[in-house]
Amino acid sequence: MIKNVATLLKKDILLEFRQQHTFYGILLYIAATIFVLYLSLPDSPEADVWNSLFWVIQLFVCVNTVAKSFLQESRGRMLYFYSIASPVEFIIAKLLFNLLLMLVMSLISLLLFFVFLNNPVSSSLRFTGIVILGGASLSLVFTLMSAIAARAQQNAALIAILGFPVILPQLLLLMRLSKAAFSEVFREGALWQLTGLIIGLDFLVIALAVILFPYLWKD
Amino acid sequence: MYKSWWKILSFVLLIYTIIGGFLLSVPALPILHESIRNLYFHVCMWFAMMILFTISVIYSIKYLRTFNHRYDIFAYQFATVGSFMGILGYCTGIIWANYTWVTDQGQSLSGILKEPKLIGAAIALLIYGAYFVLRSSFTDIDKRARISAVYNIFAFAMLFPSIWIIPRMVGSLHPGGQGGAGGNPALNFKDIDSRLRMVFYPAIIGWSLLGVWITTLKIRIQLIKDKALLHEAS
Repeated sequence: MIKNVATLLKKDILLEFRQQHTFYGILLYIAATIFVLYLSLPDSPEADVWNSLFWVIQLFVCVNTVAKSFLQESRGRMLYFYSIASPVEFIIAKLLFNLLLMLVMSLISLLLFFVFLNNPVSSSLRFTGIVILGGASLSLVFTLMSAIAARAQQNAALIAILGFPVILPQLLLLMRLSKAAFSEVFREGALWQLTGLIIGLDFLVIALAVILFPYLWKD
Repeated sequence: MYKSWWKILSFVLLIYTIIGGFLLSVPALPILHESIRNLYFHVCMWFAMMILFTISVIYSIKYLRTFNHRYDIFAYQFATVGSFMGILGYCTGIIWANYTWVTDQGQSLSGILKEPKLIGAAIALLIYGAYFVLRSSFTDIDKRARISAVYNIFAFAMLFPSIWIIPRMVGSLHPGGQGGAGGNPALNFKDIDSRLRMVFYPAIIGWSLLGVWITTLKIRIQLIKDKALLHEAS
């Protein structure tokens, strides 16, 4: 089981290295979006504006990053995976791969935000932690959404339609949590409560993905 | 006749709700005043919506276990009527907020829409909107039934924590959530006056039964439409 997951994960990473154009494509997408923000915003935006823009950009980066994970698999190749691996192994490998990819993208976009749009964050380390948590939550939800949308024909737009309402609660929690890094004082214990809640939702998503994916998989 | 007792019950309860709801005495509270009677209509819509959505998810799970096309029709129709109830809940809420929040407390409309409870309700309606879009994007019936069932279960599982948890974490103007983080998502049962309870509980049952009744009619129409299909499947 673990061996199969590792093999599938290795295959995805290898594919990413071989077909670098998609990776650089997303990178360019992030850079261009943030550059547009840099040109259109005043020199140093307020912390609130900065925070909400950051999470909106994260959302769109995630849609673009994760969307292709199921779309790129052709019908024939899916049939091949069907014969060599179980659906649970396949979805776990996909979740892990998208998690890694999204973490890389989140950290890059955070870096670009710091460079172009100043740094209103009072505790950068804490904010980086929140960004990692947020990237993980976003990628998990959108992996499953991408699996669903890949089954319907007109998929790219469908991911956004299906995913946005579902991700909203987590995104609201993340935006609230990230205020902790902007020197807003929280109630005693509220910080850990929020963090625990987001991690709990992540595990819920993983569990549902493992249970539901076998039904999406067979044709 | 013995099968339709609950339809008669629903009818009687709703007559009682409307007559009793407008005529029986209610506690006089500041700001709310007589608008507290909206409890019998507005809150019951949300109850009916959640009940119908829950039934819809149960049929989606049943579909995935048996792949019987009937359950897909059931799940879809319950979701449709549930969304309709949700929209009615929104409408009654808007009328109520117009007289209590906007005029009495000087809230702006955009401020009202950011209420945590309204966010939860909006997420619920958006999710089911997405569910209908997803359904309409398939041409293959079996595929449509299977994939929309998966989405229905997943979205509902994500919706529930957000409705029960997020509103508890932030203060809100909405009745039942006064001040601080201790607010109840919908309303605080301990706060309700016994005079309100006399009408409120029957009203919940009456409106929910009405929702189920409408759904069964819609299901029967759909079953007749898909008759040929169902015979082939069975």
